[in-house]
Amino acid sequence: MRPLTEAETRSVFEKLGRYIGENIQLLVDRPDGTYCFRLHRDRVYYLSEKLLKVAASIPRDNLVSLGTCFGKFTKSQKFRLSVTALDFLAPYAKYKVWVKPGSEQSFLYGNHVLKSGLGRITENTAQYQGVVVYSMADVPLGFGVAAKSTQECRKVDPMAIVVFHQADVGEYVRNEDTLT
Amino acid sequence: MGRKLDPTRKEKRGPGRKARKQRGAEVELARFLPPEPESGRKKLSSHGRKRAAKRRLGAGSAPAGRKPLGGGRESVAGQTAHGQSGISDGNSKQLALVKAKKILSKGNNVELSSDGEVEEAIWEMEEEEEDGSSEDMVDDYGASSSGEEELLPIERAALKQKSDRGGLSEDDSEEEEEEEAVEEASRQKMGQKEEETDLQLNLDVDEPFKLPTNEQIEREDILFISEPPDLHIIHQRIKGNMEVLQDFAVKREEGRTRQEYLALLRRDMAAYYSYSDFLLMKLMDIFPLPELINFLEANEVPRPVTIRTNTLKTRRRDLAQALINRGVNLDPLGKWSKTGLVIYDSSVPIGATPEYLAGHYMLQGASSLLPVMALAPQENEHILDMCCAPGGKTSYIAQLMKNTGMILANDSNAERLRSVVGNLHRLGVTNAVVSNCDGRQFPKVLGGFDRVLLDAPCSGTGVISKDPAVKTNKDEKDILRCAHLQKELILSAIDSVNAASETGGYIVYCTCSIMVEENEWVVDYALKKRNVRLVATGLDFGKEGFTRFKDRRFHPSLKSTRRFYPHTHNMDGFFIAKFKKFSNAIPQAQKEAAALSTVPDTVTEPQPKKKKLEGSKIDQEQKPPQPALKKRRSLQAQRRPLK
Repeated sequence: MRPLTEAETRSVFEKLGRYIGENIQLLVDRPDGTYCFRLHRDRVYYLSEKLLKVAASIPRDNLVSLGTCFGKFTKSQKFRLSVTALDFLAPYAKYKVWVKPGSEQSFLYGNHVLKSGLGRITENTAQYQGVVVYSMADVPLGFGVAAKSTQECRKVDPMAIVVFHQADVGEYVRNEDTLT
Repeated sequence: MGRKLDPTRKEKRGPGRKARKQRGAEVELARFLPPEPESGRKKLSSHGRKRAAKRRLGAGSAPAGRKPLGGGRESVAGQTAHGQSGISDGNSKQLALVKAKKILSKGNNVELSSDGEVEEAIWEMEEEEEDGSSEDMVDDYGASSSGEEELLPIERAALKQKSDRGGLSEDDSEEEEEEEAVEEASRQKMGQKEEETDLQLNLDVDEPFKLPTNEQIEREDILFISEPPDLHIIHQRIKGNMEVLQDFAVKREEGRTRQEYLALLRRDMAAYYSYSDFLLMKLMDIFPLPELINFLEANEVPRPVTIRTNTLKTRRRDLAQALINRGVNLDPLGKWSKTGLVIYDSSVPIGATPEYLAGHYMLQGASSLLPVMALAPQENEHILDMCCAPGGKTSYIAQLMKNTGMILANDSNAERLRSVVGNLHRLGVTNAVVSNCDGRQFPKVLGGFDRVLLDAPCSGTGVISKDPAVKTNKDEKDILRCAHLQKELILSAIDSVNAASETGGYIVYCTCSIMVEENEWVVDYALKKRNVRLVATGLDFGKEGFTRFKDRRFHPSLKSTRRFYPHTHNMDGFFIAKFKKFSNAIPQAQKEAAALSTVPDTVTEPQPKKKKLEGSKIDQEQKPPQPALKKRRSLQAQRRPLK
């Protein structure tokens, strides 16, 4: 376990910023204490400073997880955000997409969101903007990348993809082994 | 080449193309084999039955005795051949069977509501009446009982009774096969027993439940290889045996010991419920006999599915509403839990709803909520969960602490830790650190916790309904190995707690086993070895733990531990004990005594002198430790110098 280097911190914040914009400060300075990021076995963990002491005393081989895992660095040092970060992205998300009940299941299976399944979308979403996907009951389902800007979404035909799937909560069941 | 005889293959019915295909060998053969006696019964008209009944009663032969076997047995060949030879005889037997059965079934119905006199009256009536009224009875019941394949035991018993009165009970023996004689004999006695107990007659008992002789039991064992035992018979025998054992002085057979009855009961229960003899012996020690049957029956049935609301993300009310909208039938778990819900049935898979994926609830057994309730973690505490997989209890602790403080979730199995991580992330637990250490390494890795939860690995005898393999694959060695590991773990758990913590200092030890070796024994061991005492768990329901068991005596405070059983509480078998640590010091004298007791193993000449000196040392140090131990060790010390 070690703190993130400059370059790593920059790539993580950049990725997070795509979904929550400048609200990253809110993640670090929280009313109930300072939180920080740590790297362990190529995975980035978000934890309170209180946990640091405890986590530091456990031998590196025996440590499995600390706090919440946000994502991991690939072999080529790119940061990949995982669904386990959803709880922290959802409250601060700037651009949201709501999915109709019928195509909820389809998104949870890992498919992209089609125009026919699109319920609502935040105004002036740019193309390739990071978005958080919700169900109509305001339950966060995952996140993705907008394939079309809001204007284009109105015009496009029902079978076109409007949101590229990146991560969804169905992965807790599908990919339980690879979360860690 | 022919079609293979495959009894499990179902043939297609209906108007389709496949139904018109030639059916398999089993179906074709069935058409050529002689029909079973039961089907033969249906073909007789009421007039024919009347005639046959007259014939039967006039002849007074012993068909009635034989027929129950034909009715009760699945083996067709012998009986059907028998039934087909000698037309009138076969018919009369079948008729007799039918008539008697129907009358008796009527008799049964009456009997349920009244006492034995009515039953008697009906039998007499049957003897007298050969006119229309009995025919009416037969006709009334023609539809229902002709569908029955075998007699109820009560009917068989009554037939036996009648044939005995006719003085022709043993005619059939020579004709029957060996096995049937054994079963016949035991069933006869069983039948008698059944009749006596069920009907509560005021008659004297003709033949109480007779224990089959050893030769009969051996014959059964041999025949077990050739064909599987008839479970129905075994079940009846178990019931009869239990009746005798309940009231042994009165109902016993002369010359047979209680041990023989118990041995037969054990064998029968092992065969009927598929347990190993070892496990059954252990269970017989723990439960009284009637409760044992309930326990064994409860283990055949799964417990209801329960879920726990994740209060970090939702409320029980909202979750219940959302699930009901999806088509789930549920109810709150009980007064004792504010977060539990029991699922009766559901049209969607409970483990895959969007609410589940969003982390609003966790699938968890009802008994797993109890140790965390007993632990009662407070906010901003440091908690250790030593054997946390798959993470249900850890997440419950986190939600009770509202994500404050710190939880160290540890498990020695790396595979299962993945599910812990998954569950913790899904449920939104942020104050947990997950580690993969052997529990016995604590407190070296980290100590000074406020509370520790130890859900020790066990033999799993309380969750047999989830894993029936436990019935047969556990033996003495497994249980002792588990107990040994549990003792080591509990000592590590106790050492990892800081007794001086303001809010804590508690250890909760729990297992999903009902064995005394893994529960009370381990707790007692911890009480002797460390400065802890048992406190009330805070759970007001549940059976108290044992303070004595067979030849062992435990500390009286074990009354505050709790046992839960599947048959009494409808949750998995569980044991929970809560300790409070009142001093961080590890009792030293015990350690030295333990070390010294190993010295005699290394035999050397100056040893006797050394022993004497060390013996006196022990005498000096006897004052500090607890009184119960003092006595024992002083005895040991006194013994050694004398050697």
